[in-house]
Amino acid sequence: MSSVTTLPEVHVVDADKRRRAVLIVIGCTLIIGAAQYLIKLGANQLAAQQHSVHGGSVSLEAAVMGIFTNPAIFSGYCLYAVFTVLFVFALRHGELSILYPLISLGYVWVVIIGAVAFHEAMNPLKLAGIAIIMAGVTVLGRGSAK
Amino acid sequence: MTTPPSSIVLVLVGAVIGSFGAIFLKWGAHALSRSWTSIVYNWKLAVGVVTYLLSSVLFVKGMSNGELSVLFPMVSVGYICTLLWSHLFFHERVTKAKLAGVGLILVGIVFLGLGNATH
Repeated sequence: MSSVTTLPEVHVVDADKRRRAVLIVIGCTLIIGAAQYLIKLGANQLAAQQHSVHGGSVSLEAAVMGIFTNPAIFSGYCLYAVFTVLFVFALRHGELSILYPLISLGYVWVVIIGAVAFHEAMNPLKLAGIAIIMAGVTVLGRGSAK
Repeated sequence: MTTPPSSIVLVLVGAVIGSFGAIFLKWGAHALSRSWTSIVYNWKLAVGVVTYLLSSVLFVKGMSNGELSVLFPMVSVGYICTLLWSHLFFHERVTKAKLAGVGLILVGIVFLGLGNATH
């Protein structure tokens, strides 16, 4: 908590460390994509188990049990734990205003996974919506990082 | 397969509940020291974790009957709630940039919902 003269020292971050932080966060978004793939895969398995009885979404009990006993869903949430640790680590070395917006890359992977792995239909309105949400998350992230 | 409104509601409610998780974790983090007991006996951290768990249950329930590419982006309403709660509870400033972000996310969610309805 000294004078303004200490500012440059704080702001000169090692360029290598900064680049590494960006790469880690991009890796983080891939982890989110993988986690969402696993959670969706597991949720589909829960639905397939229950749909012999009735349609719609699975019961709350099935969802609770699924998080702990379905290997795909459980691994998906474990990946979220890994993501959290890596992201916090990256935040120590990089600039928040760059790292937070990067997180919205996760939406790109999720859309690709939805289309390719789960054959989800895309249309211009849907894609525009996701692009606008990405812009919003980016603006919000940059605004919060100051 | 399109995503039924009931699944969208489940995920949106889950995201709102999850946004409280962050608030409780932050509250809990304030009371944290280096000893393990300060983590174990910290009811705010416990509430934060339970809140995240509840939000995940609703997300999984919604995902069992809907599209990943529609439901996952909907979770972004959580960011809006977090902004609101951190202003109300921690008096963090709401800047024009943050409001612009909130507006864009809301518009995006409406577009996404319309896109889902017009398959």
